[in-house]
Amino acid sequence: MNAAGFPLLSLLTFLPLVGGAIILSVRGDDAVVATNARYTALWTSLIVFALSLLLWVRFDASSAGFQFVESVNWLPSIGITYKMGVDGISVLFVLLSTALTPLCILASWESIQTRVREFMLAFLVLETMMIGMFCALDFVVFYIFFEGVLIPMYLIIGVWGGPRRVYAAFKFFLYTLAGSVLMLLALLAMWSVAGSTDITVLMKTQFPVAMQTWLFLAFFASFAVKVPMWPVHTWLPDAHVEAPTAGSVILAGVLLKMGAYGFLRFSVPMLPNASASFAPFIFTLSVVAVIYTSLVALAQTDMKKLIAYSSVAHMGVVTMGIFTINAQGLSGALFQMLSHGVVSAALFLCVGVVYDRIHSREIARYGGLADRMPAYALAFMLFTMASVGLPGTAGFVGEFLVLVGAFKVNFWLAALGSSGMILGACYMLYLYRRVIFGKLTRDDLKSILDLSPREIAVFAPLVILTLWMGIAPTHFSGFWEASVAAMVDHQHAALAPITQLAGIVK
Amino acid sequence: MNWISALPELVLACAGMAILVFGVLAPKNAFRLASMFTIAAFLITAMLVMGGTTSLGYSGLFSSDAFSQFVKLLILAAATLGVIVSLDYSEHENMQRFEFPVLILLSTVGMMLMASAANLMSLYLGVELMSLSIYVLAAFARDNLRSAEAGLKYFVLGALASGLLLYGISLVYGFSGSMNFADLSAELTSASQASTGVTIGVVFIVAGLAFKVSAVPFHMWTPDVYEGAPTPVTAFMGTAPKVAAMALLVRLLSGPFAHLLAQWQQLIVLVAIASMLLGSLAAIGQKNIKRLMAYSSIGHMGYALVGLAAGTPLGVKGVLIYLVTYVFMNVGTFACILAMRRRGRAVEGIADLAGLAKTDLGMALWLAIFMFSMAGIPPFSGFWGKLFIFQAAVTQGMWVLAVIGVLTSVIGAYYYIRIIKVMFFDDAAEAFDARPASLSFVAVAGGLFTTGFFLFAAPVEAAALAAAKVIFG
Repeated sequence: MNAAGFPLLSLLTFLPLVGGAIILSVRGDDAVVATNARYTALWTSLIVFALSLLLWVRFDASSAGFQFVESVNWLPSIGITYKMGVDGISVLFVLLSTALTPLCILASWESIQTRVREFMLAFLVLETMMIGMFCALDFVVFYIFFEGVLIPMYLIIGVWGGPRRVYAAFKFFLYTLAGSVLMLLALLAMWSVAGSTDITVLMKTQFPVAMQTWLFLAFFASFAVKVPMWPVHTWLPDAHVEAPTAGSVILAGVLLKMGAYGFLRFSVPMLPNASASFAPFIFTLSVVAVIYTSLVALAQTDMKKLIAYSSVAHMGVVTMGIFTINAQGLSGALFQMLSHGVVSAALFLCVGVVYDRIHSREIARYGGLADRMPAYALAFMLFTMASVGLPGTAGFVGEFLVLVGAFKVNFWLAALGSSGMILGACYMLYLYRRVIFGKLTRDDLKSILDLSPREIAVFAPLVILTLWMGIAPTHFSGFWEASVAAMVDHQHAALAPITQLAGIVK
Repeated sequence: MNWISALPELVLACAGMAILVFGVLAPKNAFRLASMFTIAAFLITAMLVMGGTTSLGYSGLFSSDAFSQFVKLLILAAATLGVIVSLDYSEHENMQRFEFPVLILLSTVGMMLMASAANLMSLYLGVELMSLSIYVLAAFARDNLRSAEAGLKYFVLGALASGLLLYGISLVYGFSGSMNFADLSAELTSASQASTGVTIGVVFIVAGLAFKVSAVPFHMWTPDVYEGAPTPVTAFMGTAPKVAAMALLVRLLSGPFAHLLAQWQQLIVLVAIASMLLGSLAAIGQKNIKRLMAYSSIGHMGYALVGLAAGTPLGVKGVLIYLVTYVFMNVGTFACILAMRRRGRAVEGIADLAGLAKTDLGMALWLAIFMFSMAGIPPFSGFWGKLFIFQAAVTQGMWVLAVIGVLTSVIGAYYYIRIIKVMFFDDAAEAFDARPASLSFVAVAGGLFTTGFFLFAAPVEAAALAAAKVIFG
């Protein structure tokens, strides 16, 4: 049946819901319910994480196909099956989701004090949706999880967010929904051609070139909003700033990857001709995103907003890498997605640490924290360096590979894309200098406390991951090399007739 | 004669008269007992419907087939839930008269007749039986000015619509020489041969029925009547009659007038687009939740019409599935609205829901599920309804309709999630009174159906497809 011997992926997906049901059934006064909800959510997510490590161990990296596949008839008359499976592209994102969720729950241990039960419930539902989305091998199943994410995230931003949370929650919901419904139409169109919504079938189906253009645009509407790409990124700074720390972490760590994952899973393999013809368009938007949002980040006075804009810039590098459609570019994009998932999540946690103490995200409000918080300053420095792309940290490998891939396509693309690394260094180091160095002037900062043991427990895994990915990148990239090679071959095979034709015309 | 084909209707009608006699002769107020008997009659009828056979009875006036069975079961489910939600309200508002459940029962008989109509005459009889009962129901709180106004308004406009319908029927009869669906179908075999008179007749019939499903531009009565009528009546009006009228429209246009697709398709497309647009835009500014639900139902009927406009079995299947999901989420929502009661007084403002998540998390969660479902967010049932509807439109290449449809659903999502915002994000207002068990039951039943629809989507889909195929022969 599959490598685990039991339906591992479904178990990973739906186990959080079981935890959610337990949380809902807890009775008692508020304090008891809150404590029980926290521990139930933590243990549930830890068990899910432990189970997901089976994927790491049992995954056969030499195969490009889908593994751990489960399939159950669902709506057989119209070709919808409940089908789950992972390949080299999705497997590490499942692990990223299961790893970040317990950290988020731990990070909101004290910062969430109101309606704890509902918060933990929403977070576990969110985990279900994220894992399900990366595992889905049927388009309808994928769509359900992809859209389902909106429900818990809308509530997390809206209920536990900052002062402008209502505006941010609406903007997040409606922006994403508007993109997704167009993807739904693309889904239906593909269904009417292929007669099935099985992703493996759709990958083998040849869609007419004219149709591919429209399908690509519909997918683009959905995934570009989710990535987010310039100019449809404006929901992201609002959502990030207003969301509670754990919400920002998941948003940056996993939800942004959903858009890029969509490009990798659907646009590129299913619509090879359109992907090739739209690549320059994507490159343009990506370069604009890298340069423009980096400059915008430089001007921010709010820490979370700065990191939110840096996310847009980093995701610009990802989309650039995806549409080079060569081994280095794709591999780099995947690595960048993974490293951004860890590093930006860690950066938002860093902001959360000082926000919990001072309740301000204003950069000017801080300064000189190195004196009082050496451990915090060290962790923050590591993640800043990783975000900048210092060799030896996670951030370097991805950006470097993407730029190598971009060089193969076009010199100017690589040159403009690499300017992002320089600008990134500017705004991140500028941020770090203003927050950590300088003189301690404010009274409340003079008594600020360094990382608590709970916070160290949150940061330690992220520090290890950041260094591990930087020092031994092949431990991670080994997972997807076969899949990426297969994707590149598939692309060449699909475009071969056109290239040959061009040769004859010449 | 083959009178047995109408056995469920006969049983239900007789039960109605028996309950009426019982109500008159009962020594004290018989409202509760009459309601219980009505529910029992509905359940027995539902069993008879399920056991029914495919047959044509009463010299071709009445047809019992998979389509009518599907629709009748849905109507009976909606009517049963409608009676249950009225129990508590009627006692609070001092309208616990035994005529109430009997009127619901009689209108249900009319709807079942509509679902089985195989002749323009039996169609008209069904529509009138349903409508006359509902006119009275809308004005049932007779000491309440708003209720009386709603009843009168509905009656005047409804009578006009009936006139249009009848006029259309007479035109079709005059120009084609028959009222029987089978004969009409044999007569009207190509769009080019159809005489202008028949086409005009079809337009009038569509106008009359569009009034009953409250599709734009025949929707004007809906917000006022929804707001003014007693809330359980609104809950009932919003579900079962919509199902019956939509089923009738489907049977008529895809049955005898199937070959006139070119004539009526444009009409339905326009009505669908207008309904979806108005339903999503006009609801944004509403402050009264019953009024909001009125616009919401206009929008939903627009989506259902998209499936009809496709003119294929796939489309009719979509309409049927859409109606199933619509009934359960609508009746569940109204159960929650009926539970909005402070110190014995019913409240209807959206603002009254403020902070419900803090005071009553259970009700807030169920209502949130209904709202997400109406907005078409998976995995709830509303998403599945929209999926099948748009599948039909896309398969037929009706891209403009499909794109407008999904975009209006995004606009519509705004006002649905605004209700969730009020319940979850805003500060808590005073708590509502304790919910009666009858309303909790309906809310939970509707909520479980809406949430778990994906589990039993396959059998519903298969039944809907079988029903749709009957229409297309």
